[in-house]
Amino acid sequence: MKNKILNTLRRFLPFLGVVVAFAIHRLIEDSDEHPDAEEAYYTWILYFFLVATFILGIVSTFIKKLKKSLEYSGAFWGGVGIVVAIIDIVIGKFALFPVLFFPKYDNILAQFFEGYEIILKCIWHSTKLLVTGFLYGSGFGFVTGVLLGFNKKFNYWINPYIKLIGPIPATIWIPISLTIFPTTFGASVFIIALSVWFSVALMTSSAIQAVPKAYFEVSRTFGASSAFQIFRVGIPAAMPSIFLGVFYGIISAFLALMTAEMFGVKYGIGWYISWQKAMLVYSGVYAGIIVIAVYCMLILTLLFKLRDKILNWQKGTLKW
Amino acid sequence: MVTENKENAKGAIHIENLVKTFISNEGDTVTALNGVNLDIPAGSFVSLIGPSGCGKTTLLRQIAGLAEPTSGGVFVDGKKITKPGADRGFAFQQATLFPWLNIRDNISLGLRARHVYKEHKQDVDEFIETVGLKGFEKSYPHELSGGMNQRASLARALVGHPDILLLDEPLGALDAFTRMAMQDEIHRLWEKYKTTMVMVTHDVDEALYLSNYVVVMKARPSKIEQVIKIELPFPRARTQDTFVLYRKKILEILNFAGKIPEPEYYL
Ligand SMILES: Nc1ncnc2c1ncn2[C@@H]1O[C@H](COP(=O)(O)OP(=O)(O)OP(=O)(O)O)[C@@H](O)[C@H]1O
Ligand SMILES: [Mg+2]
Repeated sequence: MKNKILNTLRRFLPFLGVVVAFAIHRLIEDSDEHPDAEEAYYTWILYFFLVATFILGIVSTFIKKLKKSLEYSGAFWGGVGIVVAIIDIVIGKFALFPVLFFPKYDNILAQFFEGYEIILKCIWHSTKLLVTGFLYGSGFGFVTGVLLGFNKKFNYWINPYIKLIGPIPATIWIPISLTIFPTTFGASVFIIALSVWFSVALMTSSAIQAVPKAYFEVSRTFGASSAFQIFRVGIPAAMPSIFLGVFYGIISAFLALMTAEMFGVKYGIGWYISWQKAMLVYSGVYAGIIVIAVYCMLILTLLFKLRDKILNWQKGTLKW
Repeated sequence: MVTENKENAKGAIHIENLVKTFISNEGDTVTALNGVNLDIPAGSFVSLIGPSGCGKTTLLRQIAGLAEPTSGGVFVDGKKITKPGADRGFAFQQATLFPWLNIRDNISLGLRARHVYKEHKQDVDEFIETVGLKGFEKSYPHELSGGMNQRASLARALVGHPDILLLDEPLGALDAFTRMAMQDEIHRLWEKYKTTMVMVTHDVDEALYLSNYVVVMKARPSKIEQVIKIELPFPRARTQDTFVLYRKKILEILNFAGKIPEPEYYL
């Protein structure tokens, strides 16, 4: 019985967290050092989450899966509410840091509410770059890796060059690629593709070389062709590490994207941040950082979902 | 009567002066096979028995064509073996199933490799049942016990209906009862398909229960010590007294017969 009450309480901890954040925000006045926002955006958001977390707590009573996961993660989300409240006190209420560089919530949220159009445009632009560059990079990287892994001649002639070029941060090539490619779009795609290419190629080739010899011997006793050995034995066996290469690849692609955007490209999240910084609108910088954080998290979640689908035979060996 | 399945023309093995040496990591030369000569008639059941490290696996791998001989050679039906082929199935000492495939896909992968899966679909199910893995088709190797994996590996070698089956301690990881049941299955399959069987085993009784010939090998230098023809009709009984003489002979060759101490008389 006691346990049951405790578990119910756990499911309402996120709600309690929002209540704390709300109470602090309403009870203490904002410091007047902060410029005022047009509207009380932060209060709106808090209202929204008050309702949302409360409904979540109620609804989870009836959905078993949600109930279990909320009983586990409820405390964490409650804690998030407290952290948000503490930041509010330090920055919004008492302005303990220079307000120019540490704007209060209302002003950061204003960037979203008032400038969502340009932010969405930037997200779209970055996505286009990232997806195009990533597809080219991982495609070529995979092919290079497979050739390096299986073809001794290719390995002999090409591998040293790859070892030489690969570790150089792709962003070093930005000035050169900007002059070679007719458009900045092409140049950025190239830079992103280059950074993905290396990690995918490297992980793929080393993974293929590390496939136990016994697997190939087994398939040879079937009378399997070389193509069969490559595509049905070598590559599937190497898949977990190839995935890791893709994972590292997307992280370096993201880095390359941000750097490329801060250099010559117009639009994009990276560009947005450096633009806001140039105008000394730090609330915009924070808005950009929040966008990047959420964006990265979404991509990684997607990637891990994909991995669970493709590699469901080795469930739970890598945790995020 | 000795069943030698003479009607089956395929799967005769002829081994001629086969030498296989390895260079160890320290640079020493290890002679794993030191001039092996052996003739295995098509359709016979041969057991290889001998101490660990005497070259049994090496010999099977030579017949399979997985490694080049240092000198001499293996001939199957008169043709020199240079590479592996689907006419020779191999059940490895370690199960070596592919972890990314479920049991059914593991067993049928060889058929897919030769593009004959469609025709032999029912065979896959038959062999899954034979090795007692029905209901586990969708499981992955890491979800099953070592013995179950070994049985799956056996089914994988059997399903392609090779002329020659090379079995490297196929029942090593099984408990005594499953092992006896599997011995019966192997015997039944051998009678049914008249496959030439070459099986490595450490179990003298297993060898006696199943084989036409027991090849006794010795280490340092690795070679065949003696080939014993088991002149007992099938079906055989595990309890039959006639095994005793053969067992004695084999153990004597391997120097494991042991001695009863001379009785001491106190008068
Ligand atoms: N790839 C290799 N490289 C070096 N030496 C090897 C290699 N394969 C086998 N040997 C050596 O050849 C000898 C015979 O090995 P083999 O595996 O054939 O023995 P085995 O009779 O199958 O033993 P077990 O009963 O333990 O399986 C051993 O001394 C082993 O060290
Ligand atoms: Mg062995």
